[in-house]
Amino acid sequence: MTSQYAPLSPQAALAEADRCLFCFDAPCASACPTHIDVPRFIKKIASGNVMGSAKAILDANVLGLSCSRVCPVDVLCEGACVMHNLHQRPIAIGKLQRHAMEFFYDVGGALPQAAVALPWKVACIGAGPASLACSAELRAQGARAIIFDQRPLAGGLNTYGVAQYKLAPEESGREVELIRAAGVEFLTGIEIGKDILLDDLLRDHDAIFLGIGLGGTQPLGIPGEHLGGIQTALQFIADYKNRRPVNIGDRVVVIGGGNTAIDAAIAARHLDARDVTILYRRSERDMSAFAFEYEHAKREGVKFMWNARPVAFHGHNHVGAVECEYVPLIACDTVILAVGQSRLVDLLSSIDGLQLHGGLVKVNPESGQTGNPKFFAGGDCVNGGREVVDAVAAGKRAARGILQWLT
Amino acid sequence: MADLTTSFAGIHSPNPFWLASGPPTNCGEQIMRAFDAGWGGAVWKTIGEPIVNVSSRYSSVDWNGNRMMGLNNIELISDRPIETNLREIYEVKKRYPNHAVIASLMVESTREAWHSMVKRAEDAGADGLELNFGCPHGMSERGMGSAVGQVPEYTRMITEWVKEAARTPVLVKLTPNISDIRVTARAATQGGADGLSAINTINSITGVDLDTLIPRPNVNGHSAHGGYCGPAVKPIALHMVQQIASDPQSQLPISAIGGISGWREAAEFILMGAGCLQACTAPMHYGYRIVEDMVDGLASWMDSKGFPTLDDFRGRSLPRVTDWQHLDLNYKIVARINPAKCIGCQLCYTACWDGAHQCIHVSGSDRSAIVSTPTATAVSHAVPPSRIPRVDEGECVGCNLCWLVCPVENCIDMVRVDNGLNSESWAERSSRIPA
Ligand SMILES: Cc1cc2nc3c(=O)[nH]c(=O)nc-3n(C[C@H](O)[C@H](O)[C@H](O)COP(=O)(O)OP(=O)(O)OC[C@H]3O[C@@H](n4cnc5c(N)ncnc54)[C@H](O)[C@@H]3O)c2cc1C
Ligand SMILES: Cc1cc2nc3c(=O)[nH]c(=O)nc-3n(C[C@H](O)[C@H](O)[C@H](O)COP(=O)(O)O)c2cc1C
Ligand code: SF4
Repeated sequence: MTSQYAPLSPQAALAEADRCLFCFDAPCASACPTHIDVPRFIKKIASGNVMGSAKAILDANVLGLSCSRVCPVDVLCEGACVMHNLHQRPIAIGKLQRHAMEFFYDVGGALPQAAVALPWKVACIGAGPASLACSAELRAQGARAIIFDQRPLAGGLNTYGVAQYKLAPEESGREVELIRAAGVEFLTGIEIGKDILLDDLLRDHDAIFLGIGLGGTQPLGIPGEHLGGIQTALQFIADYKNRRPVNIGDRVVVIGGGNTAIDAAIAARHLDARDVTILYRRSERDMSAFAFEYEHAKREGVKFMWNARPVAFHGHNHVGAVECEYVPLIACDTVILAVGQSRLVDLLSSIDGLQLHGGLVKVNPESGQTGNPKFFAGGDCVNGGREVVDAVAAGKRAARGILQWLT
Repeated sequence: MADLTTSFAGIHSPNPFWLASGPPTNCGEQIMRAFDAGWGGAVWKTIGEPIVNVSSRYSSVDWNGNRMMGLNNIELISDRPIETNLREIYEVKKRYPNHAVIASLMVESTREAWHSMVKRAEDAGADGLELNFGCPHGMSERGMGSAVGQVPEYTRMITEWVKEAARTPVLVKLTPNISDIRVTARAATQGGADGLSAINTINSITGVDLDTLIPRPNVNGHSAHGGYCGPAVKPIALHMVQQIASDPQSQLPISAIGGISGWREAAEFILMGAGCLQACTAPMHYGYRIVEDMVDGLASWMDSKGFPTLDDFRGRSLPRVTDWQHLDLNYKIVARINPAKCIGCQLCYTACWDGAHQCIHVSGSDRSAIVSTPTATAVSHAVPPSRIPRVDEGECVGCNLCWLVCPVENCIDMVRVDNGLNSESWAERSSRIPA
């Protein structure tokens, strides 16, 4: 969309790569949850070894492409760049990573095949970033990995959730295909617990990785929530990203103060809604959205109303206004709820010995192992909803934990 | 305001900046535009029996995203008829009587050929002559250019022939492709030259195309060695100028050439004894307009230093170049890192550890295995104290490497430490200790 999201030209990539100081024990690499060796991949771009650069990235993070697009680099690698203290722009690490990864995919790069075959078979539930990283690592080490997902397409929120202007479903699909080509098996359209029971899965596999993410958007529990024109952010974004027709009218109210609310509001603006307002029940300072996401929303023309706590929706069949405490009625054609995702307690609580804390799976942070030693977990279902890169790091750690436990 | 007027071996120009013989001085129209832009003089593209050039002719070395850190060419002398060049010299001199126009000459190595060429150039109105004994490619295969400049006897002989006929000052342009440039400088001096120009280009092959495997520049599948110039060669030129200027056997004015792109290099060369300056690659890269800041910058620097004229600082740094054996062995400096400026890149650490004397230390990696995305909406950029390296001053040998690699200005200081010892050079020490 905006030039801020455009790729670098090869020459610009070279100039940017040359800016990198090549720090020793670089803070950017320390700040990355997957510890990509940032100076190493950047200097490979500078030397003209773009393929080597991509491989250095994939070595640490198999979702190097989507991470280059969706990572909140301002608070990760680029936030740690020493250039800030030289009063210069940090190195555009995200864009350089994208440059290398797109080169890799454009020339048809592939992951290395496992050197040995291990006798184990692991099931990964969910095809989101956590399971993708876990299965790719299992496969790289020589184990068999089978991914199950209830949705038709693999990729999890990379395919169905993250903002379209950052990552299109087809780009997420490239990563899925890379991992499939490395030998990971995908079974989509299968809901574990319904289409296949956990017990059956358990019988057929040596270990199970839970990468199920979080559930649907939580309801507010206020009058009028059943009215037409009220939808959840996740459904709205998934429809928008997969080009299903969405009719939202001119005036859209988004309820919530996190990154999802921002994504939904920007998507609504991209659908030409004239008037898009985010209602947040607390103050500007309390918003959980990243500062750069907030700035981006303002540039896109999104309006904000602080300290606005909705108490009811009004309308006949279709929503026509939102009522908040202490503010006049806010007229609207569509309401998008972005107030956090629920937890998949039903499936999780059916697992013997697995411990939950507030609906999230408790694991050993180093190995990802749960209270039931055969089950490992990582990603949003453990951390409560962080970023793609956190899910990747956790998935990879769990793969190693699984192999260590099996060995 | 500083006075930049220049008198070099009897040739006058409004400032010391001359265009070196090359593509920027191919024809009169160019040179007049250059004078309008502010150049003080121009050495005409070498005149001689017209040659045929090849295409392509140039290749370069880019460095860290910068274009043309060094330029290589396989171009020969002027491809235009001698009469055309001479007629244009006449026209330029008529319109720009106060600017220096030097005719660069190269003809076959006979007395008659040189005598005739000298007379024709002077008749055209040239203020002086520059004998091109430096061209390292092509012309040398025909017994001219560096084929003359690499043999001191030839250099002396042809300089003598020219001096027999010349009425204007004669400059001999030296080739750097020789093990001791002072030898040819002395030969030119003995031949009666009035001044020296140094340096011409350095033999080079800039690179090989890694797709076609053909070295650059590619002339229909083949390449030939060329001459290297531009910013990359400045240190070599500066050293050669210093060597000639310090040589008691050739005390001639020196027109310094080689990598001069701005007033800073100009000041450096003058401090090393240069009488005037020539540039070729820089105007090829950016055009004649660069001279404006060369003049302006040099004058401002002279004002700030209190030098009213070029003579006030010419050669000032020469006495500061000595032989290694006279350097003070007891002078001791150490690196000191300013923690308030340090950005924690640890380049000094890795340089010292791998490339010097292992006397800079860090606390060890502060990387934790499990890192997650911070939830804070903004991050602090403060340098963690654990990332700031420490210098073990007792072990530091004061080599400068960390200071050179540190990307932050004035972050590392090389400070003198008092070791209580009196100055002593190797020469003094070895004469004190009997063998
Ligand atoms: C709107 C939105 C925008 C976001 N934007 C960004 C961003 O810009 N940058 C960023 O880094 N992160 C972003 N995130 C967060 C990021 O998407 C998640 O942290 C990440 O996808 C978590 O990966 P995961 O594998 O743990 O879970 P998910 O990606 O949620 O994948 C879980 C998968 O499990 C499947 N599943 C669940 N239960 C079952 C079952 N019983 N049987 C079979 N399959 C099942 C689901 O269908 C799903 O595909 C965003 C999140 C949202 C909601
Ligand atoms: C393309 C090109 C052609 C040149 N032709 C000549 C020439 O005809 N005669 C000559 O004396 N020097 C010639 N030179 C050498 C320059 O005059 C000069 O000595 C050399 O380039 C170093 O200066 P610089 O670093 O400023 O370019 C040429 C240089 C270049 C790049
Ligand atoms: S090179 Fe300079 S900025 Fe970098 S760590 Fe050393 S002292 Fe600090």
